Amino acid sequence: MQQATTDVMATARTIAERWKGAEGPLLPILNALQAELGHVPRETLPVIAETLNLTRAEVYGVVSFYHDYREHPPGRHVLKLCRAEACQAMGGDAVAERLAARLGAGFHETAADGSVTVEPVYCLGLCACAPSAMLDGRVIGRLDEAAIEEIAAEVQR
Amino acid sequence: MSFVTEIDYGTPAAASDKTVTLTIDGAAVTVPEGTSVMRAAREAGIAVPKLCASDMVDAFGSCRLCLVEIEGRNGTPASCTTPAADGMVVSTRTPRLGNLRRGVMELYMSDHPADCPACAMGDCAMAGMAAGVGLAEDRYGENGVNHVAPEVAGGLNPHHLPQDLSNPYFAYDPAQCIVCSLCVRACADVQGTFALTIEGRGFDSRVSAGMHEDFLGSECVSCGACVQACPTGALQEKSVQALGMPESSVVTTCAYCGVGCSFKAEMKGEEVVRMVPYKGGKANRGHSCVKGRFAYGYASHPDRILNPMVRETIDEPWREVSWEEAYAHVAERFRAIQQAHGRGAVGGITSSRCTNEETYLVQKLVRQGFGNNNVDTCARVCHSPTGYGLKTTFGTSAGTQDFDSVEAADVVMVIGANPTDGHPVFASRLKKRLRAGARLIVLDPRRIDLVRTPHVEAAYHLPLKPGTNVAVLTAMAHVIVAEGLQDEAFVRERCDLDEFADWAEFVLAPENSPEAVEAVSGVPAALIRGAARLYATGGNAAVYYGLGVTEHSQGSTTVMAIANLAMATGNIGRPGVGVNPLRGQNNVQGSCDMGSFPHELPGYRHVSDEATRHVFGALWGVTIDDEPGLRIPNMLDAALEGSFKGLYVQGEDILQSDPNTHHVAAGLAAMDCVVVHDLFLNETANYAHVFLPGSTFLEKDGTFTNAERRINRVRKVMEPRNGYADWEVTQELARALGLDWAYTHPSEIMAEIAATTPTFAGVSYPVLEAAGSVQWPCNEAAPTGTPVMHVDGFVRGRGKFVRTAYVATDEKTGPRFPLLLTTGRTLSQYNVGAQTRRTANVVWHEEDLLEIHPHDAEQRGIRDGDWVKLASRAGATTLRATITERVAPGVVYTTFHHPETQANVVTTEFSDWATNCPEYKVTAVQVSPSNGPTGWQEEYEAQARRSRRIAPLEAAE
Repeated sequence: MQQATTDVMATARTIAERWKGAEGPLLPILNALQAELGHVPRETLPVIAETLNLTRAEVYGVVSFYHDYREHPPGRHVLKLCRAEACQAMGGDAVAERLAARLGAGFHETAADGSVTVEPVYCLGLCACAPSAMLDGRVIGRLDEAAIEEIAAEVQR
Repeated sequence: MSFVTEIDYGTPAAASDKTVTLTIDGAAVTVPEGTSVMRAAREAGIAVPKLCASDMVDAFGSCRLCLVEIEGRNGTPASCTTPAADGMVVSTRTPRLGNLRRGVMELYMSDHPADCPACAMGDCAMAGMAAGVGLAEDRYGENGVNHVAPEVAGGLNPHHLPQDLSNPYFAYDPAQCIVCSLCVRACADVQGTFALTIEGRGFDSRVSAGMHEDFLGSECVSCGACVQACPTGALQEKSVQALGMPESSVVTTCAYCGVGCSFKAEMKGEEVVRMVPYKGGKANRGHSCVKGRFAYGYASHPDRILNPMVRETIDEPWREVSWEEAYAHVAERFRAIQQAHGRGAVGGITSSRCTNEETYLVQKLVRQGFGNNNVDTCARVCHSPTGYGLKTTFGTSAGTQDFDSVEAADVVMVIGANPTDGHPVFASRLKKRLRAGARLIVLDPRRIDLVRTPHVEAAYHLPLKPGTNVAVLTAMAHVIVAEGLQDEAFVRERCDLDEFADWAEFVLAPENSPEAVEAVSGVPAALIRGAARLYATGGNAAVYYGLGVTEHSQGSTTVMAIANLAMATGNIGRPGVGVNPLRGQNNVQGSCDMGSFPHELPGYRHVSDEATRHVFGALWGVTIDDEPGLRIPNMLDAALEGSFKGLYVQGEDILQSDPNTHHVAAGLAAMDCVVVHDLFLNETANYAHVFLPGSTFLEKDGTFTNAERRINRVRKVMEPRNGYADWEVTQELARALGLDWAYTHPSEIMAEIAATTPTFAGVSYPVLEAAGSVQWPCNEAAPTGTPVMHVDGFVRGRGKFVRTAYVATDEKTGPRFPLLLTTGRTLSQYNVGAQTRRTANVVWHEEDLLEIHPHDAEQRGIRDGDWVKLASRAGATTLRATITERVAPGVVYTTFHHPETQANVVTTEFSDWATNCPEYKVTAVQVSPSNGPTGWQEEYEAQARRSRRIAPLEAAE
């Protein structure tokens, strides 16, 4: 555990150092950290603050503003389901319910077997193909029963 | 009783020479360009409703209450974020605006406690604002999703956060918060700490200290700016919660550091409810720090001694006596001593904590009543080299600027000062300027906070070895002259050219080159060169310095080296530049001005000057001694020799604050009559025979003079608990000695000062009342005072360049004492701690710690938090170690706030060659692991306890 914490801090430091000279470096650092670790651990914020000569309050304010930054590690897969108007109008709620039952995880939850984390998202820019979702960064349009099965199969493989 | 209310204009004043004229609600208003519509309206007497705006911080435009209509523009813009423009026609009250404001307010109120306690007591703007916009109903009810109720149907309310009571002085109740961000912006813009943020977004937005921490555990420095800014009761002083809202208020001056902040003392009867920084105060402009804002509780601390006490010998318990008996006792003893040992066998020490008037009276008592010049003051141990150095080079013993000047500085050089701890309100103003682009040079052995703190980073930090200031500053001069960066025109016009030429030749000598100085100071030559170039060529360059300059064997030389640099580069005589000592105590400037030194009469006029002696001699009906009297260290030496026997000490704890405690204790013990006039039985009182209870700054009228030479009024807000203001006690003592003093108010003392001292000729209480404050010189030539000095030429005539040869101190490291100790302060404690240790400030700093570099700690097997013994040639003490890279290897650092530590047991009697200012900042020491207090500490503790016994009063017959 000690080792893991040290590694996380070292990763945060390396990433922060890499970006600190850039203009507006905080978001790139947070993005890189989430890409690397899957989440932005609270304990790394003081390291980022120290590197950028900010307070930890400022960094925390930014991190907590963006729903996309996770504080805890996600499951092996991340499914983002669109909750915006067009997708809701096209039956997004029913899809969400169906997926929750199929995957064992509702919004903001991770399945007990750690296979998937389900997150809401507000518009993927795929309104024409509503309802839509994004699985591990890949967008999926026109969600129907077949697509739900496909998603379930992939995350539970 | 009156209540001082200050108008909140909603947005800060705009600084522009150009004006614009607009019409607001039918009236023409002319304001500087850049002024917001909100401020323009307020200046015209129209208060636009607002919740998220304050003239202390920039406009934000979030509350949507201050909407206005502007002819020819669509919509209803926020008046706080809309700049006034020529010809604009603004309406602030229309039916449409009324509807909008009621709608906005209704939403706010739907998520604000209906039984808000702060609203009920009148400390919350919500109720008033709701009434102001005519809100009569709340259609949303209280049952919706909210942040207010701890519980909702079916369990706990996930949106409710509990109160945070961690800070000793203020409470945060998230239920009352409307997330207007004023606190976050005050913390950032005004204080410059950035400890607060808004976490989350939308309905989840909450004010958070640090990363959702409690306030005490966060980066918060408890300056109180957020509490002052909060429009609701979400952030509120605990004292207001306990005592209720104040009923009257009086503007007065803080009695802590030399910044001299103005406060409104808000009172309920005889009790202070809160101290609120006063925007009209020109030193602090509405800001404060944790000491002035909150740490006033010592004034009513049970440790205060309220009755006079006498004893024959210092091992007896104290005996309470009447004031008359105490005065008679002192008069009889002092006269007896003088008869037996000569006129010069007694003396007095004036206090930098007391008012100008009180200080003036103590030196008058010595010169008129004792008939000698044996008067000195605590400035001896802090800024006496400033007086000497600046008098020699410029002609005035004081800083050259006002604090506003920092706003015009492009380069700021901080030398041997730690403003964020020692002078926090000035530090906030400095940091604001640095965030706006000014560049910073720091000369300090320690990596003080300013070197790198959020949003501030020094361009150069020169981590010099303690004691090498002169070498480094002269090397900077070497670079400036060698590279031709001096301001020829300025030097030619204003300074003595022969002296300049002589000085230039001196600084060019090879031993003053950065490369040569690198070997002595440990500062890389490249850093010295870079700093010198930046100082000379970066625009307006200002020096701010502290005791790290003065408290050295070459303190006076260092001050002159700074003056040389400023003159050579033309950085004197206009806003944004100058040489600025950050004075330690509230009235240390004033106590020096008032003739507290044994060689100077008020106004820095030497006692050998016959005309000056005559002015006072004629008025006082005595012949004033033309020989300088004894300085504090000389008094102590003379006491040990047996020729000095009686001392009147007003408001100074020389035992704890002066160097080499053993020597001070021995000197005091050798005297026959030591009179201590103080709030508490301080450490010096352990050796006293008479104790006269003192009064606090809240209990008397008078004036303090701050580091800007600004004379601020101190106003009485409560009756002295001990019965008498300090000036009254000194007066009664003088009368007991046969002097015919009959002052009935401090204003009469100030009148005497003005009548006798040319630089104060124009100062009077009516003038101070009208102007708020004035900066001396204030006389016929400058009837409104002098914010910036030496504008058209130096006071002494031509600026004097002085050769500043570096002479290493005799205090040297060696095998027995291989480390250098330097001392300083923390934010929450003040000086010897007599006041702050008696407040809740101890939660931030409960003991003195020794800072030591990891390398030095490892060599000695010292771990963080271990007890260590700190020993020098003079003595030893123990304290706990904290391991940090703030100090360089070979340097250790501690504070001197706690008598249990007595850091001055360790410091030596080496002192400044010109003024005897002790060399606190350099002591060769050894640090070793230890199990606990030294024998000396235990003995001292026992002696102190014994000495503080007060005999119980005998039962009445």
